[in-house]
Amino acid sequence: MDAQDSSVVKSFHGVHNPGVELKMQWVDDIRVNFSAIQRRVNTLTKRRSLKKAWQAAWLLKAVSCIDLTTLSGQDTPGKVKRLCAKAKNPISLELQKALEVEDLNITTGAVCVYHEMVPVAVKALEGTDIPVAAVSTGFPAGLSSFATRLEEIKHSVAAGAKEIDIVITRGLVLNGKWQQLYDEIKAFKKACGSDVHMKTIISTGELSTLNNVARASMVAMMAGSDFIKTSTGMESTNANLAVSLVMTRMIRHYQVLTGYRVGFKPAGGISTAKDAINYLVLMKEELGDYWLNPEMFRFGASSLLADIERQLEHHVTGRYSAFHRHPIS
Amino acid sequence: MKISDIFKKMSYGPAPEGHDKIDQWLEDHKKGFGMYINGQWYQQNKGQFFESKNPSNGKLLAKISQASDESIELAIQSARAAQPEWQKLGGHGRAKYLYAIARLIQKRSREFAVIESMDNGKPIRESRDIDIPLVVRHFYHHAGWAQLMDSELSDFVPLGVVGQIIPWNFPLLMAAWKIAPAIAAGNCVVIKPAEYTSLSALMLAEVFEEVGLPKGVVNVVTGDGVVGNAIVTHENIDKIAFTGSTEVGKIIREKTAGTGKKITLELGGKSPFIVFDDADLDSAVEGIVDAIWFNQGQVCCAGSRLLVQETVEEKFVEKLKARMKKLIVGDPLDKNTDIGAIVDPSQQQRILSIVEQSVAEGATKWQPKLSSPKDGCFCLPTLLTDVETSNVAANVEIFGPVLSVMSFREQSEAITLANNTRYGLASSVWSENINRALDVAPQIKAGVVWINTTNQFDASCGFGGYRESGVGREGGMEGMHEYMKPANPIYLEGKSKKEANKGAKSTIKNTTDKGDFPAIDQTAKLYINGKQVRPDGGYSLVVHSPTGTDCGRISEGNRKDVRNAVEAAFKAGSWSQSNGHFRAQILYFMAENLAYRRGEFCERLKQVAGYTQKQAETEFDAAISQIFTYAAWADKYDSAVHQPPMHGVTLAMNEAIGVMAIGCPDDTPLLAFVSLLSAAIAMGNRVVIIPSESAPLLATDFYQILETSDMPAGVVNIITGDKDSLMKVLSEHQQVEGVWYHGSIEGCKMVEMASATNLKRTWVNYGKAFDWYRTGKERQFLREACEVKNVWIPYGD
Repeated sequence: MDAQDSSVVKSFHGVHNPGVELKMQWVDDIRVNFSAIQRRVNTLTKRRSLKKAWQAAWLLKAVSCIDLTTLSGQDTPGKVKRLCAKAKNPISLELQKALEVEDLNITTGAVCVYHEMVPVAVKALEGTDIPVAAVSTGFPAGLSSFATRLEEIKHSVAAGAKEIDIVITRGLVLNGKWQQLYDEIKAFKKACGSDVHMKTIISTGELSTLNNVARASMVAMMAGSDFIKTSTGMESTNANLAVSLVMTRMIRHYQVLTGYRVGFKPAGGISTAKDAINYLVLMKEELGDYWLNPEMFRFGASSLLADIERQLEHHVTGRYSAFHRHPIS
Repeated sequence: MKISDIFKKMSYGPAPEGHDKIDQWLEDHKKGFGMYINGQWYQQNKGQFFESKNPSNGKLLAKISQASDESIELAIQSARAAQPEWQKLGGHGRAKYLYAIARLIQKRSREFAVIESMDNGKPIRESRDIDIPLVVRHFYHHAGWAQLMDSELSDFVPLGVVGQIIPWNFPLLMAAWKIAPAIAAGNCVVIKPAEYTSLSALMLAEVFEEVGLPKGVVNVVTGDGVVGNAIVTHENIDKIAFTGSTEVGKIIREKTAGTGKKITLELGGKSPFIVFDDADLDSAVEGIVDAIWFNQGQVCCAGSRLLVQETVEEKFVEKLKARMKKLIVGDPLDKNTDIGAIVDPSQQQRILSIVEQSVAEGATKWQPKLSSPKDGCFCLPTLLTDVETSNVAANVEIFGPVLSVMSFREQSEAITLANNTRYGLASSVWSENINRALDVAPQIKAGVVWINTTNQFDASCGFGGYRESGVGREGGMEGMHEYMKPANPIYLEGKSKKEANKGAKSTIKNTTDKGDFPAIDQTAKLYINGKQVRPDGGYSLVVHSPTGTDCGRISEGNRKDVRNAVEAAFKAGSWSQSNGHFRAQILYFMAENLAYRRGEFCERLKQVAGYTQKQAETEFDAAISQIFTYAAWADKYDSAVHQPPMHGVTLAMNEAIGVMAIGCPDDTPLLAFVSLLSAAIAMGNRVVIIPSESAPLLATDFYQILETSDMPAGVVNIITGDKDSLMKVLSEHQQVEGVWYHGSIEGCKMVEMASATNLKRTWVNYGKAFDWYRTGKERQFLREACEVKNVWIPYGD
């Protein structure tokens, strides 16, 4: 079903995905064929090509969808302030003028940090619409005590985070404990409250099979996730097009079943402009244009922006660029 | 368009593939392309040219030569002259050329992709990512076969000169499929590309020239069907390889009948695409895109009949429609194009008229609202629902972007519907249940079964059809066999040493009177469906020994007896599904029971063939041994497992042909009868066998052996009478799928000619006698008794 054609449209800004009761039939009905998924992603990126102005426009769109992220034990307020400055002005004014896109007021989609850095980021982004996202619930492994995980969400929300990226207990997926998984995520959603968008990281690299990726996605959406997200960036296997295809198809299916639209966030290892375009093409082809904006789609990335800047400069000047020519985040 | 506008709209925009180099190449040949004959570019004196156009805009691309008879003659003579040296060059010598060809095509890959898309109208993505890489792979793979021929295929030699006629849907790929195995095996080639699409073959000839392929090894002649006909009927050609329509394929079968030319025919299809309710439906939808909207649906193995389980039909069709809305129809040279141009306005017209007829017959047509170029030859992707089995769209190969949707309730109905066609080229089965998928695959009458995938090809895996989809295989070891013959043929030079016995034939007399008492007190009946039956006509024939004495009477079978026998064989289908061990046990039991009656059969041999006791014993013992041999093979002629470049395997399964007719020779009557019969049934075929006319009583004695050996009814049916008239009825019978014939050259021609009706697999002796005592001949018998089905099984979770 074409997701765009649905008569039930629930805006991300107005209503979050409120979720539905756990329906085991929706989990049991899932069938994902590994080799067919591989074939689709291998050919998908070759079926579509973006040139010249179209390439530049799509790359700018990618910038607007980035959750500019720093998740390091070495993070300091200084580093986070620099990140926020970059989030506000991801593309140099000079470049914006050359591309004639100043009036688009492009910023990144959000800034994504650990809890301790939330107040710094909130302050640095004051006066902008850029939300601060906090990774939470014992990120990245998610194995701290349940009470601690709930508290962590509440603390981050209190500190001003508008988006919470939670992690799930992967063992519940591996052992097929869908009711427990559902309950856990639903509790997290409740802790987030109604003004905060919850992104659920299912950690595809640790779920073993594409069928598990699909089932976890479906349970996460039924439990009320506003976004489903591939990875923490800390697993040995990051986001890739195969798991993203599986997850986007589940989003489409969930919309057909409930009328609710859920966002998608691939994260980890997405570092080139070409990668970014491939993901946007995937969204357009499998979900539709409605998902081609930061309200419905985000990249979790730290180094992607730098590569896009270089490509945009190349578009303007016709000369290949260098990393050091663009301000780092 | 401004970047800020695109940012809001997020459209794709144009992504044109450059074609300056190709424009220049065409400009260089503005006066008209010559042909590549004997290693040179050959311009005909009074050159006649025809035009080749770009179907996406109707513009003239080039003028192509219409080969004259003299040019064709020159090409064939050049190939003939070059062949001995090319063969003598040896496997390694030939491998180096094939390798160089692969390398050079790779180096010029984009040029080939662009000319292919301009000439044929297919999207550049497909020519670039699918056609050309497969072409390169084919030459590499067959460089390997050339290299290994001296060691692994040392029992075989090339056929000689091969005429090849290829279609317009995959111009370069089909050229590669034809040329690579032919020259790897040591043959020389005269190839004719389709008249719509000659350009990539001419560019390929430039590659041959540049790598220094010895002159005459491959000759490219261009032109229409007249040129094709001249090649097919030319007496100096040893084999015809053809890819194209079933209609033309049948004509080729008829025109080559009795000439001894080997043929490979790769013809039409109406391939089923089966979706069970436990399939990954989203992936199956994508499979449909690759099945029927690949190359505008102009694919012989296109999955054009969707069979979807009723429980998910509605959901699936909705998903399919949503997906169709995302297809991009447009300029073949745009990298974003999913569906390009139809090859020629006449094809476009044909597609539209079949769709119209289908709708008139009750189908519902649906097309997404897509923009397509106003000029040029384009068809929108089309879905036909409410298609009943009688609808034209369920039966006729449309060769366009049109999918017919039908539903089924459960597995057995899916299989019945899948097989409800004259064709049998390919099929696709979608289910996440491996038990179901692997159960269904062998039951589909098709040369290729793709499980949870579709339209996958590789040089290592045989491709080709059952039924009216063709004869022979291309790719893999099976494909190599199509271009070789045994170095040491089973045929005897001159006449068989036992041919002296042949005189017995003339001694059969048609008689209805009851005057003569049989020499042996026995009533030889026909053996049909496990029972001794009297002939329908009520006539009998007297059989005389070589010395003229009466041996007894046999029943004179007629066409109704043939009908009954074929019916019985058809119904004995479980024999083909049975396992090799089971069939071996029956064969061994048959040998055991025959051995009990050694004395009686030796007496009979002495009587009907004029043998001495020693000759009779020799043949009898050889017959017992042959049964043992094929019993031994029954559970050992194993299928192969290929590993094409994918995450998965391809099973090359040896399957029974089905219902076979066998006509036995007059010489060596017991051994020949037993050899032919045992080989065929060991592989799971059910047979109607017409025994030697000189010694039919051996066969009628034999049915008692069958009766005591637990042979299931209908597996072996024996009809006595006039061999050639019975074989004619059998060769024309639409339910018979294979024919083996030993007899006169006229009889061979008759069998091959009549077999064209449903394109039976035939194996005839062209009037030559076999050496039935030759050991090591069995593999050829087994190959002739089987069809190879390639089942693609990708895996992973």
